[in-house]
Amino acid sequence: MSLIQIAWRNFCHRSLSSFLTTLSLALGVGLVVLVLSVFGIVTEAFSRNASVGYNLVVGPKGSALQLTLNSVYYLSQPIENLPFTEYMEFFDAADRAEMVRKYGGDPALGERDGEYAAFIAGGYAIPLALGDYVGEFRAVGTTPDFFENLRHGPNVDEKFRFKEGRAFKGYSDENSYFEAVLGSRVASEMDVHVGQMFYPTHGDPEGQGHGQGFAVVGILEPTGTPNDRAAFVNLEGFYLLENHSKPLTGDETIVENDDWKSRDPDHKPLTIPEREVTSILIRNGNLMFAPGMQNKINEGLQSQAAAPVGEIAKLMTAIVGPLLKALLAITLITCVVAAVGVLVAIYNSMNDRRRDIAVMRALGARRETVTTIILAESLIIALIGGLCGWFLAHFAILAASGYIEEQTGVQVTLFTTSSYELAILPLVIALALLAGFLPAWSAYRTDVGSNLAA
Amino acid sequence: MNGTPNTLQVVDVVKTFDQPGGGRLKVLDVPQFEIAAGEQVALIGESGGGKTTLLHLIAGLLTPDRGSIRLAGTELTSLSEQGRDRFRASTIGYVFQTFNLLPAFTAVENVRLGMTFGHGHHGSSRAFELLDRVGLADRAHYRPSQLSVGQQQRVAIARALAGKPKLLLADEPTANVDPVSAESVLDLIQQSCVDEHLAMLMVTHSMDVAKRFERVDSLEQINHAFAPTPS
Repeated sequence: MSLIQIAWRNFCHRSLSSFLTTLSLALGVGLVVLVLSVFGIVTEAFSRNASVGYNLVVGPKGSALQLTLNSVYYLSQPIENLPFTEYMEFFDAADRAEMVRKYGGDPALGERDGEYAAFIAGGYAIPLALGDYVGEFRAVGTTPDFFENLRHGPNVDEKFRFKEGRAFKGYSDENSYFEAVLGSRVASEMDVHVGQMFYPTHGDPEGQGHGQGFAVVGILEPTGTPNDRAAFVNLEGFYLLENHSKPLTGDETIVENDDWKSRDPDHKPLTIPEREVTSILIRNGNLMFAPGMQNKINEGLQSQAAAPVGEIAKLMTAIVGPLLKALLAITLITCVVAAVGVLVAIYNSMNDRRRDIAVMRALGARRETVTTIILAESLIIALIGGLCGWFLAHFAILAASGYIEEQTGVQVTLFTTSSYELAILPLVIALALLAGFLPAWSAYRTDVGSNLAA
Repeated sequence: MNGTPNTLQVVDVVKTFDQPGGGRLKVLDVPQFEIAAGEQVALIGESGGGKTTLLHLIAGLLTPDRGSIRLAGTELTSLSEQGRDRFRASTIGYVFQTFNLLPAFTAVENVRLGMTFGHGHHGSSRAFELLDRVGLADRAHYRPSQLSVGQQQRVAIARALAGKPKLLLADEPTANVDPVSAESVLDLIQQSCVDEHLAMLMVTHSMDVAKRFERVDSLEQINHAFAPTPS
């Protein structure tokens, strides 16, 4: 018989004690693996959400983290607004002139290229206007480019897909400027479908309702990004809501045309001086130009540019990471406690087994052999407990995989493991062997003569 | 004295133990004791007379304070503890008074344990063969708790023979079995020693057991530890 077979027999013989000891270790390991997995999922969710196709977020001067949180995650409050002309700085003269013609404004704006236009050649700039709510969810005013240009998914190459309907248009004959697209969670939690209307509230979820409603024309499929938790409305419609236009001072130069009357005589789009944006999502056509542009924007007096990935990395390093590490430390202590349980269980069994050890010694087993058998028992408990704990945690994660994917977009399978987990089993084995050392030493020192005679 | 293979020679062996109150207590002082190859010897003596200590010394579980113990041409006192363990596993079979079967193992596994720690790995077939010889082939997969006292001692005998030893040490092997079973156990041990061509030293305090042996030694004769000192 091999020593492992002998150890296995001893393990099976004290079945209840072995089961309870192994169970406590499995629960400890399961807890550690669960925390590691949550750590991995949170990290991936944060970094994934921070990269949805754009590389910079531009907003008013203030906290870069706050800008990232409210523009990328739709959390926290917007800092302030930027004048629409700041948004126009990302376009060349022809585009700017077209904006002046469409909305009305100072024709001089269309006579030059925007200050940052050259930096984003081949890329895009998408405006966001925040401040309204739909139930508990953020209403995000933006342009149809949002759905056309942004990407998501693990490789940031998946376009938005619609579970129902389509993207809103800048203007449609049936709904004028008042079309909306809902993120998947907004639609499911508010039970809203294409064709229904909703009415944003101003300022906060309990705020005063705007009289103007938006027709839902599309519902997005889940993306696993914060966009699932947003209600997107046409920026033009957003501007037309009550109190959403910037008051004019009277000093502005505004040249208007009457095109709007032929579209919707009841709703005149705001002129450029009346428009504001909360933030601008930027994708540089050539990413090499991003740092230069970011510096130039930050050197200005009005705007700041933040890289969401960098800001989130800072947030992870500063707050989330240490919290998770503290949690990990607590669970590792749990694991050590479980290992002490192994020690106590085996050590307590030694009193009943001294005669067995003495008999084996009388049959020719060396001191080192009986020591190895005891350590092998610890090893068996560690292996079974470790593997059971790992599977326990991963089955729990698998059971919650649908919820996790819905909330974070992170897809998990039974065998989705973090690199930290690879260290778990060796660590548990080392702990168990350490725990087995004391009883093994006791076995080593067992006096054969007195225990055979006992 | 010339050493002969398969002969046990104990010469001038003294063993003392620490006493609780200080000093050392001499429990064994054997000037000379030997067993020839294939010889079966009964050693009788009272409890506390040093019988088990002598067996432990011969088995290498204890070391003498001085003297020589030579078995199968090997001087035990010259071996390290590991060497004695190896030597015991391959040369000595041990039958205990309380059987000492390991409760976690089946009968056949207990027998296989008897050959696990030695040099030769004789495999399961020998274990089954030995169980067959002791009449327990049909109980091979029973655990000790499922066997009668007599059956447990038979398994213990099979285990002692498993490593193909040259000397069988038996420490009151029938003390805990009923008289009928005791007879059959003794028959089995003695016949097995004949079949396997091995020497045997059985310690007992029972004259009924001792009278089955051609050679019976008294511990009082060979152990001078408790002999009155000449005045």
